[in-house]
Amino acid sequence: MSNIDVTAKTYDLPWLAQAMDWLAGDGAERAAGGLIRHLLLPLVGIGLFLMLWAAAASQIQTSLGQLPGPTQVWSQSVALWGEHREERAREAAFNERIEQRVERAVASGASAEEIAKIRARGYTGAPTFVSQIWTSLVTVMVGFLLASLIAIPLGILCGMSAAVYAAVNPLIQVFKPVSPLAWLPLVTIIVSAVYVSEDPLMSKSFIISAMTVTLCCLWPTVINTTVGVATVDRDLMNVSRVLRLSWFKQTVKIILPSALPMIFTGLRLSLGIGWMVLIAAEMLAQNPGLGKFVWDEFQNGSSNSLARIMVAVFVIGFIGFALDRGMLLLQRRVSWDKTAVLR
Amino acid sequence: MSAYLSIDRVGITFPTPKGPLEVLKDIKLDIAQGEVVSLIGHSGCGKSTVLNIVAGLLEASTGGVLLEEREVKSPGPDRAVVFQQHSLLPWLSVYDNVRLAVDQVFGRRKTRKERHEWTLHNLDLVHMGHALERRPSEISGGMKQRVGIARALAMEPKVLLMDEPFGALDSLTRTHMQDSLLEIQARLNNTVILITHDVDEAVLLSDRIVMMTNGPSATVGRILDVDLLRPRDRLALAEDPTYHHYRAEVVKFLHERHAPAVTQSARPARERPTLRLAANG
Repeated sequence: MSNIDVTAKTYDLPWLAQAMDWLAGDGAERAAGGLIRHLLLPLVGIGLFLMLWAAAASQIQTSLGQLPGPTQVWSQSVALWGEHREERAREAAFNERIEQRVERAVASGASAEEIAKIRARGYTGAPTFVSQIWTSLVTVMVGFLLASLIAIPLGILCGMSAAVYAAVNPLIQVFKPVSPLAWLPLVTIIVSAVYVSEDPLMSKSFIISAMTVTLCCLWPTVINTTVGVATVDRDLMNVSRVLRLSWFKQTVKIILPSALPMIFTGLRLSLGIGWMVLIAAEMLAQNPGLGKFVWDEFQNGSSNSLARIMVAVFVIGFIGFALDRGMLLLQRRVSWDKTAVLR
Repeated sequence: MSAYLSIDRVGITFPTPKGPLEVLKDIKLDIAQGEVVSLIGHSGCGKSTVLNIVAGLLEASTGGVLLEEREVKSPGPDRAVVFQQHSLLPWLSVYDNVRLAVDQVFGRRKTRKERHEWTLHNLDLVHMGHALERRPSEISGGMKQRVGIARALAMEPKVLLMDEPFGALDSLTRTHMQDSLLEIQARLNNTVILITHDVDEAVLLSDRIVMMTNGPSATVGRILDVDLLRPRDRLALAEDPTYHHYRAEVVKFLHERHAPAVTQSARPARERPTLRLAANG
C-alpha cells in the first residue's frame, strides 16, 4: 500500500486509511462501510452539534449581547489569528528599527555599553492568543516532565519494596485528591519566598504554574507505576532469580519493560490532569497562558468576549486531545506488545 | 559416598490463616549424575514445591538439598528451571531471550563471538534456529517451550529442573517435545528432574519414577526403576511388555491415591474438638 496509507494508520486517522483503500479500489465495500463509520458518522455528529448550538445561541441573551453561534466564533478565531500576525509584524518592525539604531550607533563610534543599552530594550507588546497557547504548552510540558522525573522512580521504589510503599502510600492517598486551587496559594507564596534572583532565568509566574501542574499530575503516574512494578509476572521474577541478575539488570531488563504499559497509562492520565490544572491555575493566579486569556476576556466584557472565550474553549479541548494522541503514539512506538489494543 | 544431588529429609510448612500447613514431609531422594528422574503424583501434592526447593526458589523448613556436597541456599544457573508457562520475556526476541541467559552465565568466560555461537548452537539444538528474530507472541506454544528449554540448556546447568514443561501443550506437540527431549538427553546426558502428571511421559523419559503420596504432608510413596534401554523409541516401546508393565505399576499407584496412613487415622482426631464444642454450646 501507499506511504500515505501507512501514515494514516500510524497516526490513527482511520478515515484517511479507509479513503486510501477506497481510492486504491481494494475491498470497495468494506472501505465504504469504514468510510461511513469513520468519516460520515462523526461529521453527522458534529453537524448536529453545530445546528443545536446555533439554534440555542440565538435564543439566549446575555449581558454581553446575544450568545455567539458557530459563525461568530469562527470569525473571532480568524480575527485572533489576524491580531497575532499584526503583532508579529509590529515586533519585526520594532526589531528592525533597533538594528538600524545599533548600526547608526556603531557608525558614530558608540561604546559597547551604549550599544548593549539600545539592544536591551526589547519589544513589549501585549501577548497574543497564539503566544498564550505557546506559553501554556511550554508550562504544561515542563510541569509534566518534572512530575514524571519524580513519579516514575518513586513508583518503581514503591512497587519493588512493600516497606517503601507502606511509608509513601498514606501521603499519596492524602495529596492525590487535593485540588490545584488549594495548592496554588501555597506554591505562590513558597516560590516567591525561595525563588529570589536579580536576573531570573524564568519568570516567577511560569515556575508557579509549572509547580502546580507538577503537584497535581504526580499521582496517577506514581500509582500506576507502583501497580505495574508490583504485578510483574512471578515466573519472570523467578527467571531473574535463577539467572542471578543484579538489582540494576533486573530493573532494566525485567521490571521496567514489564511495567511499561502501566507507566504509560499513568503518564497519559497525568498529562490530561496537568493540562486541566494548568488552565485553572493560570486563570486564578493571572499567570500568562490560555487561562489568563479566558479570564482577561471575561473581565474585558466586550461584545466579542464570549466568542473569544469559546474559541479558547475549543483550542483548549483540541490541545488536550492532541497531547493525549501524542502520548498514545509514543506508547505505541515503545510498546513491545504489538497485539495490545491501545486507545 | 554421597550422591550427585541429594534431597535429604526435606519438609516444608507454610503459614496459613488456619494455622501452619505441612505440605511436604521427609522427602528423601538421591540422584546420580546423568540420571533422569520423574516426580509424579496427583495435582496439588507438592511436586512443584519439591522442584522449587531444589531450584532454591523456596526454602525448606526442615532438611536440605546438597548438590555436589554443597548446600543449595539460593537460586542459580547451575540449576536451570524450565517453567510450565514458558516464562520468556515477551519484549525480547527468541535469540535475545537465550542470549540474556548466555551473557549472564558466560559473560566473563566467553568472548562476544563465542557467546553468539553458543546461543545459536542451543537454539539449533531445539530446532529453533529459523525463528531467531521472532517475539514470543509470534510463535506457537510448543516453540516457546523449545526456546525455554534452549535457554535452560544454554546455562550448562548441573541439574535441569523441568516443571511440567509440556503440560500446557496439545498432545501431538507434547509427543514431539518428548522425542526432542529424548534426543537432547542422548547427546548431552544431563541430570534432569522432571515434574509430570503424564504416566507415559514419565515412563518414556525417566530412569526412575518417584511417585508421591497425596498431600498434605506429601512424601515419597514409591520409587520405580525404569530399566528400559536407551536410546528409547516411542514406537518400539509401544509394543514392549516391560514398558506396559512399568506403566501399569504407576497407574496402579496413582489409582490407589496413596495417602499416608498417618493422615487417615488422624482424621477422626481432628473432628473431636468440634464435637466437644458443640456439646458445650
